[in-house]
Amino acid sequence: MTPSPPAQARRFPLAALLLIALAVVADGAVSLWMARVSHLWLPVQASAAAPYVDDLFALETGIGSFIFLGCFAVMAWTLLFNRAPKYDMEDGDPIEGNLKLEITWTIIPLVIVMLIAAHAIRVNDTLATIGSKQRVLGGEQAMQVAGGGQGASAVAEEVGPIEVIARQWSWEFVYPDGTRSAELHLPVNQRARFKFISMDVLHGFYVPAFRLKQDLVPGSVIDYSLVPTREGRYRLRDSMFSGGYFSSNQTDVVVESADGFRRWLAEAARAPLQESPNPAQQLWQDRLAKGDKGWATVPPAPPPIVNVIHDSTAPHEG
Amino acid sequence: MASSSVPFDPRVLKAPHPVPGAPDNWKRFFSFNTDAKVIGIQYMAVALLFLLVGGLLAMIMRGELITPAADLVDPTVYNGLYTMHGTVMLFLFLFPILNGFNNLLIPPMIGAPDMAFPKLNAAAFWLFPLFGIILMASFFVPGGPSGSGWWAYPPVSTQNPLGHFINGQFLWILAVALSGVSSIMGAINFITTIIRMRAPGMTYFRLPIFCWTAAAAQTIQLVGLPVLTGGAVMLLFDLSFGTSFFRPEGGGDPMLYQHFFWFYSHPAVYVMVLPVFGIFSELFPVYARKPLFGYKVVAIASFAITFLSLIVWVHHMFYSGTPQWMRNLFMVTTMLIAVPTGIKVFAWLGTLWRGRIRLSTPMLFCLGGLFNFIFAGITGIMLATVPVDIHVGNTYFVVGHFHYVIFSTITFGVFAGIYHWFPKFTGRMYYEGLGKLHFVLTFIGSTLNFLPMHWAGLMGMPRRVASYDPEFALANVLASLGAFLLGVATIPFILNIVSSWARGPKAGPNPWQAIGLEWLLPSPPPAENFEDDVPTVISGPYGYGLGHPLVEHEERYIARSREA
Repeated sequence: MTPSPPAQARRFPLAALLLIALAVVADGAVSLWMARVSHLWLPVQASAAAPYVDDLFALETGIGSFIFLGCFAVMAWTLLFNRAPKYDMEDGDPIEGNLKLEITWTIIPLVIVMLIAAHAIRVNDTLATIGSKQRVLGGEQAMQVAGGGQGASAVAEEVGPIEVIARQWSWEFVYPDGTRSAELHLPVNQRARFKFISMDVLHGFYVPAFRLKQDLVPGSVIDYSLVPTREGRYRLRDSMFSGGYFSSNQTDVVVESADGFRRWLAEAARAPLQESPNPAQQLWQDRLAKGDKGWATVPPAPPPIVNVIHDSTAPHEG
Repeated sequence: MASSSVPFDPRVLKAPHPVPGAPDNWKRFFSFNTDAKVIGIQYMAVALLFLLVGGLLAMIMRGELITPAADLVDPTVYNGLYTMHGTVMLFLFLFPILNGFNNLLIPPMIGAPDMAFPKLNAAAFWLFPLFGIILMASFFVPGGPSGSGWWAYPPVSTQNPLGHFINGQFLWILAVALSGVSSIMGAINFITTIIRMRAPGMTYFRLPIFCWTAAAAQTIQLVGLPVLTGGAVMLLFDLSFGTSFFRPEGGGDPMLYQHFFWFYSHPAVYVMVLPVFGIFSELFPVYARKPLFGYKVVAIASFAITFLSLIVWVHHMFYSGTPQWMRNLFMVTTMLIAVPTGIKVFAWLGTLWRGRIRLSTPMLFCLGGLFNFIFAGITGIMLATVPVDIHVGNTYFVVGHFHYVIFSTITFGVFAGIYHWFPKFTGRMYYEGLGKLHFVLTFIGSTLNFLPMHWAGLMGMPRRVASYDPEFALANVLASLGAFLLGVATIPFILNIVSSWARGPKAGPNPWQAIGLEWLLPSPPPAENFEDDVPTVISGPYGYGLGHPLVEHEERYIARSREA
């Protein structure tokens, strides 16, 4: 048999070292590139939390790529150079283990994951100061004492508390002045405070552009806050499965300038209340018209009566 | 089979049937047979039938998702399909097929004639068709099957829209609870067998890794399943008898159910993946012709995973209203699992290194499974970190991640195991060409199916949706094409298994030149394996290239296995 590259590597340790160093550098370069590219896989950043989440994701993409490529390189090497020729029934080198190596590959991953965890805990703490949540069991009185997110002094003004009411399958937003809407309007760069209320089952408040998600739990009021940082129209999706027409339960968040938001709110307050059409209602009517075929579901809750309905034709970013 | 000339000694006569010399006919597979090898094949055959059912459900789902609108089936039907797909794949395919492996492999690997409790073993198996039928019956009750997801989170799961007492959700809970009872019965049996029935000289550190991982996995069943079963009973009471364990309007808390559910159902993933780690650890040495790298550490790492798996469940609830300290704590424990898992991955790579690798079908599935598992481990670390999970949790990123684990790792391992031990338990060789075709189609299909899901999730597509915004269309078209390819991939598999079993070339006792007690038996092994002549083990497993025998008088056993 012709001498295989590993055999050469054994005879020339310097060459092997060089080869490994070269592989590590190449692996590092590709991983760095993957970390950069990872930002392209995510929607636009529209909240104060988003950059922190994306940076953490990029870090993990980089480390993950490095490990994945490293392992893949070993597999590929063995498949290229350690294949048994056909009809070769001989055994390989009877290496049963190497204690030093085994300790190394226990300690190094341990250190890596603990460093990632420590870093993620720091990011968590930062996120808690720029947006917070608190679960409050009970009714109206309890809602008053709930607070949180005191640490963020950079944001001077705040809006809210805005009540976010989820039903099977609609969203309703009630502003402090009593205005009601079926799409959420927020001023940019101001802390928005919410009270999350579910009228029936679990729902999830999820705005991918904000990188934030929080379940709405029936029987609890959840205090939540966030800071939008980019004007635009973004999707708000129900992220916790809520039954029959779950996938239709989405609306938009419209982030506007402070002036724009004030104008919108004033105009909205004057607008007459009307029934907000929602897709679940439409699907349900279609189903009844076709003879109620399909599997069992509870009927949709009556559509919320609001001043501003959801403009479902407007294009959204992220 | 053993010839009919074997004299019936009183010990054998007292043993549950079949006794050596009993007729070797197909009827034994349809009876309350207490032979672990018959039960193992029963488990596998029924489980593979349910793989086809679950796969068919998945293909209808992917048909629905190939376009953004919900136009193929009604959204309520989609909800039922995805619920049943998950339930069938976990409770009617993976758990049973791994129990099939346990039944087939554990007794011969440790030199035992059968399981410790053969009747309990058969009873555990026969519960499986029972709860399988109950779950399938739920398709035909008014209102259709459960549509609340395999988590069955209340309040959705207790809404009971039609108000019937017998409804899809009721049957679902009943089936899951019975599955739990069956699994506990199995777990007691497997652990007892491994502890009590090892051959002379088979110390714990001479056990094949598959037995280590089976014991580690079954320990999780014993610790975790009672919690899930308790939660399921409470859910059943809330659904059917008006209690309010989880109903907020009656003072209950829907979050409590999530703790009950995930306390078992996260470790359940390890119940499935640990035996597959066992299969990888068995197969890499055979096809790389090298001892398993770091046997002892790999063995102990199994139990480290068992321990850690029981203290990570809250990572499924990071966005449910969990306090910050708890999120941080469970993030750290979840991250720690990467360490024992990493030990195993590196040990397999170490086993491949400088081996003499043979790329037969089982090895291809092992290598593909390992490749996919490393990827799944990395997305797992991402999901463990709270801030990233807050964004991608409950999106298609999670769906992609766990299909990389459940299908692209665990099911790859299952296929590897089926091909590897097929000659041993049927006495026939499979067709290598069809096997390789199966692998290639499965690898391409699963990558096409599950890789684009990660991207859809990162962009914000929630899981469990019947319709979605048009920006996710590309990822979903690719995923659907991959799913249909996976459907096609089962054709060479079925052809191969059915035709090889019927008329494949006869396999010798040890077609892979593998080391292990099961390979010292004829193919297929006789009813009670080594019967009275149990070999004495004198060295550890995986002695490839070391040149020392596994058991005393090894040549005698080899010669006898060839005679049969």
